[in-house]
Amino acid sequence: MRGYLARKTLVYGLTFVVAVTLNWLIPRLMPGDPVQRMVARAAVQHPETIASMAAYYERTFGLDLPIWQQYLNYWAALFRGDLGTSVWLFPTPVSQVVLEAVPYTLGIMIPAIVLSFVVGNTVGAMAARSRWLDNVALPVGYLVTAMPYMWLAILLAWGLGVALGWFPVAGGYDFGLVPQWSWTFVADLLHHWVLPFLSLFLVSLGGWAIGMRNLIIYELESDYSNYLSALGAPRRLVRRYAFRNAMLPQITGLALQLGTVLGGALVTEIVFGYPGLGKLVLSAIQNQDFFLLQGTLLFVVIGVLVANFVIDIVYVLVDPRTRTGLTGATA
Amino acid sequence: MTATQPTTGPGTETADQAAVAAAPSGARAGGDLRETLYFALRNPKVLVGGVVVLGFLVLGLVGPSFLRYAPMDYAGPPMAPPSADFPLGTTTFGQDVFAQFVAGLRSTFLVGVLGGAVAAVIGMTIGFVAGYRGGLIDELLNMLTNVVLVIPGFVVLVILNAYLGVRSVPMQALYIGVFSWPWVARAVRSQTLSLRSRDFIDLARLSGVGVGTILRREVAPNMYSYLFMTFVLLFGGSILTAASLDFIGLGPTNAMSLGLMMNQAVQWSALHLGLWWWFVPPGLGITLIVGSLYIMNVGLDEVFNPKLRET
Repeated sequence: MRGYLARKTLVYGLTFVVAVTLNWLIPRLMPGDPVQRMVARAAVQHPETIASMAAYYERTFGLDLPIWQQYLNYWAALFRGDLGTSVWLFPTPVSQVVLEAVPYTLGIMIPAIVLSFVVGNTVGAMAARSRWLDNVALPVGYLVTAMPYMWLAILLAWGLGVALGWFPVAGGYDFGLVPQWSWTFVADLLHHWVLPFLSLFLVSLGGWAIGMRNLIIYELESDYSNYLSALGAPRRLVRRYAFRNAMLPQITGLALQLGTVLGGALVTEIVFGYPGLGKLVLSAIQNQDFFLLQGTLLFVVIGVLVANFVIDIVYVLVDPRTRTGLTGATA
Repeated sequence: MTATQPTTGPGTETADQAAVAAAPSGARAGGDLRETLYFALRNPKVLVGGVVVLGFLVLGLVGPSFLRYAPMDYAGPPMAPPSADFPLGTTTFGQDVFAQFVAGLRSTFLVGVLGGAVAAVIGMTIGFVAGYRGGLIDELLNMLTNVVLVIPGFVVLVILNAYLGVRSVPMQALYIGVFSWPWVARAVRSQTLSLRSRDFIDLARLSGVGVGTILRREVAPNMYSYLFMTFVLLFGGSILTAASLDFIGLGPTNAMSLGLMMNQAVQWSALHLGLWWWFVPPGLGITLIVGSLYIMNVGLDEVFNPKLRET
């Protein structure tokens, strides 16, 4: 088990370094100059003012140092939790802007992931070897998986939001309300939460169901299943063993799926104008606020790594082979 | 039952086991083209999926030459519902939605083929080399695969596109391909590992041919069917990723795409104006193309793997 976790930690550490380096490097490959852009935005004509403004910004963002020192400074700042200053919401620190948006994204992502995983696996397990369910669930599952996240979100917003008027289609809460812990506000918050959650949940559902169905069929053909059936074990018992074995690849799949679901959450939020990280990414792109964009995405990368690690620990708990040092999961 | 959750490939683990299990029986599965075609043309899943995908492809290829308007032309009255003149209505600016849709199909297929091809080439190369050579090279390549696997590719694509300004469909496809290969590498590696110790590989090695030749002539043909299905999945995955990027506004600026149509529809509040003909077709097109690809893949699996065929 120690070897397994050590190996995983090494991979995540390395991934973190690569991600941070990419995050630092890509902006510096960009044509154009953010400092020039910000100075231009101030729309001053006086050359001396422009020069001093440019110098100020360069110092603020540390662009006047040699490149290796910029890189080290980037790391140092990162460990202090300092992700720079937002240009769009100058002078709010990026970390503060991001932290305000994170609860909304987690609020739709975590329930959507957990529920779609549970429901999808259950439906998939039932569908396996049941001709009727299989014929219905399989094609529907494939079509749902093939849906672009934002399209389902658009359809829900249009159908349940605009046409039927059941749910609001913009914002995280009513613009007339002030965020506070009151019943009206929490109810309104939940009301706005339903559609983004639902669209993310539905798109994720199909993949789990199909995966589980295929895995169960595969497990039911394996030697241990045949042996159990040959001993005369009841069908339900065999299926229960198959289900437990099929869960392992599904948990690994959950870790791999995180990045995709996250991308889905970002575009879903954009459709609904939900005030999470997705909307932040969009505003950052539209306002050319690269510090905000980078900070947001770095935060996302860290989130994915942490979630991966949590899933690995769960895996150790459910798969005894990793504990005894046998090759359970590939690193 | 190979790799069924293709956008990310969480089916990887399954795929490994399944394909490896299937390998001995279908040793020459991809070899006999006529036999494969015989079964493919009798498989309803392959037929239906293939017809839908081909139908959209033909529409995208020949459609633009029959249309009177270019995608961005201000062609008719604004916000017109579907009619004989404009089969899918017009946008708030009076652009022909059908013309945009047909042009968007082209970008969609281009991004799918190119993105899928780039990812397939990288993934297979790394998978073959890592699985066949083993040792330190395998360790290093495996580490690389795992790192890219864990990095949320979509996020890196957003940064890349935002900064470097990806403004053409091929560039977008290239970037997508560069971040979607890891699960392919893993699956191919594990299959290569299982093939490596076979007698015919030893024979080939004894005859003194190089590593590249062995991989190309002895190892790869044994998994042609699997590689083909992998490409189909990558194809669909690239289309979905590109649609998301386009929707955020990071798509190509010099071409129309289905994701861009949805972006514009939402931006110009087509939802509130009830212009369903603007935002339903692009998403439906993507869903049908990608969904058909997936269903086709299930059928192909049955074609290549006789055990799965319904009798």
